[in-house]
Amino acid sequence: MAKYLLLKHYRGAPAAVNDVPMDQWTPQEVDAHMKFMSDFATELVGSGEFVDGQALSPEGTFVRYDGPGRPPVTDGPFAETKDLIAGWMVIDVDSYDRALELAAELSSAPGAGGEPIHEWLEIRPFLSAPATVTE
Amino acid sequence: MDALQLRELTPAVIGVLVRRGVDFVCAEDAVQEALIQASLTWSVGMPEDPKSWMVTVAWRKFLDAHRAESSRRDREERVHAEPPPGPTETADDTLQLLFLCAHPSLTPNSAVALTLRAVGGLTTWQIAQAYLVPEATMAQRISRAKRTVSGVRFDEPGDLPTVRRVLYLIFNEGYTGDVDLAAEAIRLCRQMVRVASQRTHDAEPRTHDTESDGLLALMLLHHARRPARIGSDGSLVPLALQDRSLWDTSLITEGVDILQRALARDRLGEFQAQAAIAALHADAQRVEDTDWVQIVGWYDELLALTSSPVVELNRAVAVGEADGPAAGLAALAFVDADIPRRAAVSAYLHEKAGDLDVAARLYAEAARSATNLDERNHLIKQAARTGTLRQDGNDTSTINP
Repeated sequence: MAKYLLLKHYRGAPAAVNDVPMDQWTPQEVDAHMKFMSDFATELVGSGEFVDGQALSPEGTFVRYDGPGRPPVTDGPFAETKDLIAGWMVIDVDSYDRALELAAELSSAPGAGGEPIHEWLEIRPFLSAPATVTE
Repeated sequence: MDALQLRELTPAVIGVLVRRGVDFVCAEDAVQEALIQASLTWSVGMPEDPKSWMVTVAWRKFLDAHRAESSRRDREERVHAEPPPGPTETADDTLQLLFLCAHPSLTPNSAVALTLRAVGGLTTWQIAQAYLVPEATMAQRISRAKRTVSGVRFDEPGDLPTVRRVLYLIFNEGYTGDVDLAAEAIRLCRQMVRVASQRTHDAEPRTHDTESDGLLALMLLHHARRPARIGSDGSLVPLALQDRSLWDTSLITEGVDILQRALARDRLGEFQAQAAIAALHADAQRVEDTDWVQIVGWYDELLALTSSPVVELNRAVAVGEADGPAAGLAALAFVDADIPRRAAVSAYLHEKAGDLDVAARLYAEAARSATNLDERNHLIKQAARTGTLRQDGNDTSTINP
């Protein structure tokens, strides 16, 4: 059993096939997309594979320690960075192949014209706990 | 009676209900309800015969559920079975239950979850905690697993190798939360060994199950090292650096005894061979005393049984210790490049051979491909240490794979 992070990017991933920004969709298309995402998560709970899912605001700021007794230094919002995470889903599955299968299904979410976005999702395995038997 | 003794009753009580004709899914639900009731009322007063109490309460829970269900279906009809008279059944169905919960038709994740609940008597919440997933996810995993095996006949012959693999998975999970999965796996493995050996007295004689003994020995020998596996800072301590005075000698003695009796039956399997390797490590008072030549011999046996690349990799480590780093590297040349931990082993052998440049580079490479945090931290430190040594030209006194 292994946990994987499925990452959705606002920016930084290769271009999707159906690459129309969401703000140019019709409200019905947006609804259909939202419903797909929520049904997908519900199905994963049902199959016993769901761990977590969150969407992130595109606004973000870099923060840095600036020495004792001094306020944190901030930088941003980082409009210039090329990579921007939109959200994630964490799944707990039996195999890497199953993780690929689920990510591909998620990437088929409908976008403009009700057609699948074919969006690129990033899959990242979790670092797990060490096994007891190693020799 | 504590929580553990209470949980011991779980498989037996499920077995009684199933023998009375209740299907597995309903029996398992009813016993979980009874467990919850027991945890509430037994603190006040213990029943004289806990097992019959559990059977009676689980039976009532089943009848309640059955009545609710049938009255929904058909309010006119009131058909339900009453328990047969007489004392509580004594047949031990733990093995049948293990066969059902670790059924080959289940995926590993599902088999693990179902086994921990129906045989281990853990609650869904506890299992979810142990595997770091939400309770709703684990609940679904378990109910899907129950649906998958609902058509399996309770008395059909089971598959012991699958049961062993599932128990091994539980043991090897490593993560220790509220529920100690390693201890739980050992408890279940003891039950399996006990009920599997009782079977040998049946009318139909079976061959003694040496591999289940081998698995139990393997678990005990590794569990014995646990007090030494985690350092004071919470990090993983590799075998070579462990404080061996912390090892649990009574577990080692028990493991070695079980293993020797299994080996004497001359039906070797991979768990017995793995346990033999663990026993040789346990036998060494100091790491320098390790009998690497014998360990290489057992890896050869293991390789003949499994031909697994991971075994081949571990064998290369042992060869490096027995015959020197050059021989280890020669053995490593046969191991596929994409096997996890290969770079770490290669780094270690190169360091022993005095090739610090290559070692430092390989440790860093190994750290990047590590699959768990402890291993990665350890390898980063090894890379830093060999990198520093390379600059200083110091000797290598504290290395380990």
